[in-house]
Amino acid sequence: MRRFQDVLLACIPFAIIFLAWQLLSLYGGFPEKLVPNLGQIGQTFVRLASEGILWGAAKSTLYRLLLGFLISGLVGVMIGILMGRHKAVEDVLLPLISFVYPIPGIAYAPLFVLWFGLGDMPAILLIAFASTFIVIMNTWKGVKSVKQVWIKSAEIMGAKSTDIFWRIVLPGALPFILSGLRLGLASAWRILVAVEMLMSVKVGLGWMIFGSQTFLNTDVMLATIALIGLIGVILEKQIFEQIERRTVIRWGMVKG
Amino acid sequence: MTMKKKYNFPWRTLLRGLGGLSCALVIWEVFARSGLYSQALTPPLWTVVLRLKDMLEDGAIFAHTGVTMLRVLIGLGISFAIAIPTGMAMGTSHNAERMCSPLLSVLMPIPSLAWVPLFVLWFGIGNIATIMVVIYASIFTLTYNTWTGARAINQVWTKSAFVMGANSRQMFWHVMLPGTMPFVISGLRISFGRAWIAVIGGELLASPDWGLGKIIFDAREYLETETMLAALVIIGLIGIAIEKLFLRPLEAATIERWGMAQSKSN
Repeated sequence: MRRFQDVLLACIPFAIIFLAWQLLSLYGGFPEKLVPNLGQIGQTFVRLASEGILWGAAKSTLYRLLLGFLISGLVGVMIGILMGRHKAVEDVLLPLISFVYPIPGIAYAPLFVLWFGLGDMPAILLIAFASTFIVIMNTWKGVKSVKQVWIKSAEIMGAKSTDIFWRIVLPGALPFILSGLRLGLASAWRILVAVEMLMSVKVGLGWMIFGSQTFLNTDVMLATIALIGLIGVILEKQIFEQIERRTVIRWGMVKG
Repeated sequence: MTMKKKYNFPWRTLLRGLGGLSCALVIWEVFARSGLYSQALTPPLWTVVLRLKDMLEDGAIFAHTGVTMLRVLIGLGISFAIAIPTGMAMGTSHNAERMCSPLLSVLMPIPSLAWVPLFVLWFGIGNIATIMVVIYASIFTLTYNTWTGARAINQVWTKSAFVMGANSRQMFWHVMLPGTMPFVISGLRISFGRAWIAVIGGELLASPDWGLGKIIFDAREYLETETMLAALVIIGLIGIAIEKLFLRPLEAATIERWGMAQSKSN
């Protein structure tokens, strides 16, 4: 019964919002174009989904996200590890990174448009660029946090430096690296939609929202936002929680 | 033997850092002057510095910065006013938690910038739309952190306060609120970061009359790369200044003041 009660309670705020929305759209006196009722939004969602438009936009957005994230993950982890392992690299790069890091990635968008033009490639580059720094910082902290005792004892027991790296430094830093990657993906996701709007890509969820603004298609915008929320939940809950459960939580490094 | 520890100034670190920075600047300068790429797109450093000086002398930049900051402040203030009570209620009452947490987990993963075109349609181009984006960007993290903080309060504290006869008001002001504060402050720090991204992005997309994002947007129209770079430097400096001069010390001060050892360790 408790479970049932939970669901019921969880429905209350949604019910209030939906009801308020419906009343506002039906009796609020706002133009239907701007505040469409729930039925219309639902219909639009189903129509866009069945025509494959939503899926097509989502596919190209996800493709950009994954490619950008792949680049930032690879580059970020590599630079982070170099910084954590070698003091000289850390000294040289840290001031540079700590200056670029706090500038919001989205602020570079117009600059990237000027340099690389409009379209897919600059969008992916910007996503990669904007999410690299948090991966670097976390990886660096992670490598630094590996206990010297572990490394020293492995050295005494005669481990080669490649062994030390693969068997001690990397697993030891993994909780930090994973949380860096998670934050990187989240920050990439947070600006990707806006980047698509500014870079006028051909297809994409962000572009769909932005394009609908011109035609006052509020129902399309809301349907797209709903899908964006859904993808966000899946990215967060499914992908990273699974990876963490299989690695650092299973190894007992982080409490599940 | 004296135990006085000699403090070695990290000259090597400083030199290497300066080396890295100047190396990056030299590469930029060489590339800019090489003519491989139009100078309109990669201006030499000196033009950027001159433009920065012009902007500061002209004074309009202060108005733009002020407007952007005001938007962030108002947005964060409204977020704060809603998030703290909600988070507290969620942390103390099971029903409130079960009611609000699904809503939170549905709304949180939607990027705030996705709402900009919609807010522009609803509220027009200008302050309301940009402030709404700031609120959307900051409110969920703040609620989430307050909630976590209220849940993490040591049961011993509440129980002992209860045994000592604290009434519910005293319980709130002297136990719950101070206990949650470190989480609220770190939530504030994260929220500010998100709000800062959101306000710049919002200004780029909605292009109101004033704001730092507007400067960058206009500079693109007129192909003034040096203005863009100067604006980026200003945006970066403000971000760093608020983080280092205000939020970090605030965090350190609250943690120290209330002796929260668990936050110190990381």
